[in-house]
Amino acid sequence: MTDTVDTAKESPDTEQPWAELGLKQDEYESIKEILGRRPTSSELAMYSVMWSEHCSYKSSKVHLRQFGDKAPKTDVLLVGIGENAGVVDIGDGWAVTFKVESHNHPSYVEPYQGAATGVGGIVRDIISMGARPIAIMDSLRFGPADAPDTKRVLPGVVAGIGGYGNCLGLPNIGGELVFDESYAGNPLVNALCIGSMKHEDIHLASAKGVGNLVVLYGARTGGDGIGGVSVLASETFDADGPAKRPSVQVGDPFMEKLLIEATLEVLHAGLVEGIQDLGGAGISCATSELASNGEGGMHVYLDRVLLRDASLSPEEILMSESQERMCAVVTPEKIDAFMVLCKKWDVEAVVIGAVTDSGRLVIEWHGETIVDVPPRSVAHDGPVYNRPFHRPSWQDALQADEPTGERIPRPSTPEALKQTLIDLISSPNLVSKSWVTSQYDRYVMGNTILAQPEDAGMIRVDEESGLGVAISTDCNSRFAKLDPYAGAQLALAESYRNISVAGAKPLAVTNCLNFGSPEDPEVMWQFAQATTGLADACLELGIPVTGGNVSFYNQTGDTAIHPTPVVGVLGVIDDVDRRTPIAWEDDGELIYILGDTADEFAGSEWAHLQGHLGGLPPKVNLPMERLLSEIMVAASRDGMISAAHDVSDGGVGVAITEMALRANIGARFWIPDNIDPFVFLFSESTARAIAVIARTEELRFTEMCAARGMSATRFGVVDSGLGADSGYPGEQVIVIDSQFTFTIAALRTANEATLPALFGG
Amino acid sequence: MDARIGVVTFPGSLDDADAARAIRIAGATPVALWHGDANLHDVDAVVLPGGFSYGDYLRCGAIAKFAPVMSLIIEKAQVGLPVLGICNGFQILCESHLLPGALTRNDHQHFICRDQKLRIESTETLWTTDFAPGQEIIIPLKNGEGGFVASEAILDELFAENRVIATYLDGNPNGSYRDIAGISNKAGNVVGLMPHPEHAVEELTGPTTDGIPFFTSVLKSLVGAS
Repeated sequence: MTDTVDTAKESPDTEQPWAELGLKQDEYESIKEILGRRPTSSELAMYSVMWSEHCSYKSSKVHLRQFGDKAPKTDVLLVGIGENAGVVDIGDGWAVTFKVESHNHPSYVEPYQGAATGVGGIVRDIISMGARPIAIMDSLRFGPADAPDTKRVLPGVVAGIGGYGNCLGLPNIGGELVFDESYAGNPLVNALCIGSMKHEDIHLASAKGVGNLVVLYGARTGGDGIGGVSVLASETFDADGPAKRPSVQVGDPFMEKLLIEATLEVLHAGLVEGIQDLGGAGISCATSELASNGEGGMHVYLDRVLLRDASLSPEEILMSESQERMCAVVTPEKIDAFMVLCKKWDVEAVVIGAVTDSGRLVIEWHGETIVDVPPRSVAHDGPVYNRPFHRPSWQDALQADEPTGERIPRPSTPEALKQTLIDLISSPNLVSKSWVTSQYDRYVMGNTILAQPEDAGMIRVDEESGLGVAISTDCNSRFAKLDPYAGAQLALAESYRNISVAGAKPLAVTNCLNFGSPEDPEVMWQFAQATTGLADACLELGIPVTGGNVSFYNQTGDTAIHPTPVVGVLGVIDDVDRRTPIAWEDDGELIYILGDTADEFAGSEWAHLQGHLGGLPPKVNLPMERLLSEIMVAASRDGMISAAHDVSDGGVGVAITEMALRANIGARFWIPDNIDPFVFLFSESTARAIAVIARTEELRFTEMCAARGMSATRFGVVDSGLGADSGYPGEQVIVIDSQFTFTIAALRTANEATLPALFGG
Repeated sequence: MDARIGVVTFPGSLDDADAARAIRIAGATPVALWHGDANLHDVDAVVLPGGFSYGDYLRCGAIAKFAPVMSLIIEKAQVGLPVLGICNGFQILCESHLLPGALTRNDHQHFICRDQKLRIESTETLWTTDFAPGQEIIIPLKNGEGGFVASEAILDELFAENRVIATYLDGNPNGSYRDIAGISNKAGNVVGLMPHPEHAVEELTGPTTDGIPFFTSVLKSLVGAS
């Protein structure tokens, strides 16, 4: 029997499964207080999903406020935090929206569908702003590359991202692939989407205009992913816990492609007053958020929802996370035109209700009222926790354990340095990612200017003017483990640098904050430190956070993952023809290192390879990052620079290897004076980049660096004719004077063999 | 003469805008054709673009052949309308029996996207006259079901009649029989190609501009015929 509002009034003492739905006792009590009675089962379902950690951000809210409170003054932000995705002005009347979101737990349970629907969800966030999606990226973290479970999860995740994204026709332009023991029982799958639009096409999720109709369109509603949002995202994988692992949602990228085209067409035709995608919490979320953001009321006839499974109960329909659905608010005058366009794209649509000014979200089921709530209490006024936190007891000892030469023997002979480089470039974190990226379409839409393995992905937005955007996501979670405040800043700094090195000016920031349980005060401390660090650094660099996502409960038993604040930076470039690639091209080009190198190995790839994690991460130097960015953007704009590459994971040695592999042209290097060769080649000091300059531009470039106080040291020259003299006739060769010599072919073998050997050809 | 080249958009087509761009760069006028269209809007040639028409449900290209616009294209192709099917378009041409053989799942089971070296084997089709015989080109390849299969007899016939227009070099990416990347019909007006010439028409976005001659070839034949 349906539990109606009337029944709820008459039976105040009915036992309700609030605990099983993930609500705490005091949360249940406050629902009763809001309603002045016990909730109906449908209302309980709605509150339980909307008040889950995943939907309500109840543990993170108090910390996330800093991104607004400390936001730098900027006029580029057209839509800020709180909407489906932030919108940034990139000039010429164009705007860009971008966001990254986690799909960690579903991808662990069912790698293919979990990852695929992660792509689908983030794409719908972007189209619901009125933007056409123009690229995707994914940031992936797994346990050790040779661990059996990595072999189970990784191929499915990659196939899922490819299977969904390729079928949508969105170029996949980069991302991250990281292996670390910390993720063995809890891999991270973060998906990013970027979309572009003209300013006038921006749309928001709000139900305005009393009497306007609420339309649900797209795929039919089925039983998939019921409760997934609260249960999958908010409980840890406890070996002995209850089997709370219901079906992961199943994606249909063809339906999503039709949904994209239909949505953009109804938006451009001016047929829509407000729009919202259906993601976590499905209809519960869409109706309550639309109503809460609009006139404040909505009347919904739930029995009108088109179903895949006629036996679904109203509670299940409210909670279903069936994919590829959207909700639009349309005036009665325009509803016919709306329906015609849906029909054109073979997308089913049905009017499920109307906007009211009652201040209530009322949901009917076959003539009986099953929900009658203030929408704001569901969507926005959920519980807020100021969870206790404290510095972990082990933090000081961890920071004291520096990887000094006494602690871990360092290579010093040329032979040992040569072996170190080979070990690094064949280690899973630094190898060629082409086993993964060759499963993604990077060409579709014909606007991809740069894609992995370049420093940033770059997409042309306007074919006429060449206006484009660049994007990169980064995070070294070992740095964040050593010092979460600095670690978050280092993630931002690296992403900011990657954008700048490609020739684009950094504009805005998104993030995906992956952490362990917020109920653990030590994890909560990491979270508080990381958010503060990120907010402080964004303020100092002058780029606002436009939105983001928090994923808690990433842990196995009591052991949390390394704190992993993935940061994405978006940049703009006036003419993509000016982009800076990583590959040098011509003999005689001069190779410079910008910035200073110190002895900084804590959390580095080299230390990781030695099985060591301890010490303090590299020093953050934001003023120098900013200066480096300005110099790289100016050098690109003024045509001074032929190629450039960020120096980060694996240091200078790995950076020049990546450049040589991309160019397939040799070069000669020397170690600058007064620095230990090992430190120069492998330290991970920040605010550094490698710049390749034509001889004719050298004076102009070095004068600019000198005038602005950026150290620039020449340490190499492009030379395709080194093979014969170094014993490899006919080969392209990298020579490091007085140290060692490699053929590029040998470097390529070392760099490209690892992933196919692990995961199959 | 203004050559009008149609690009069909099926539900699930993805590279239609790219094909239109390539046509424009080659100097012709792209004309959007919708899968439900009941006429061909006076186009002089047609490109069936890449993508996942109708979600690739059933088999790649199997449903597209029943689209209203396809029955017109099939009819005209049989009497000489130049048609280029790229990737999913190639699959549709095989399903429509305008071309022999079929495209099957890549032998390694993965989707593959890479810059692919090809040798142009035939310059006698309407879409390949602007190449030099034996010319080696590099254009993007991206497919999950790109393995060309046909009976030995058909394969022999295709080579004997000079209807294999391009073969893969430096490694067969998908298990295609005899390294076949593209074929034509007997008359040489209908060509199917698994790699993507429309993604190699601009220095900035493609690995090369080696894709342009496919489009200039047909343009010359159209201008010459007028």
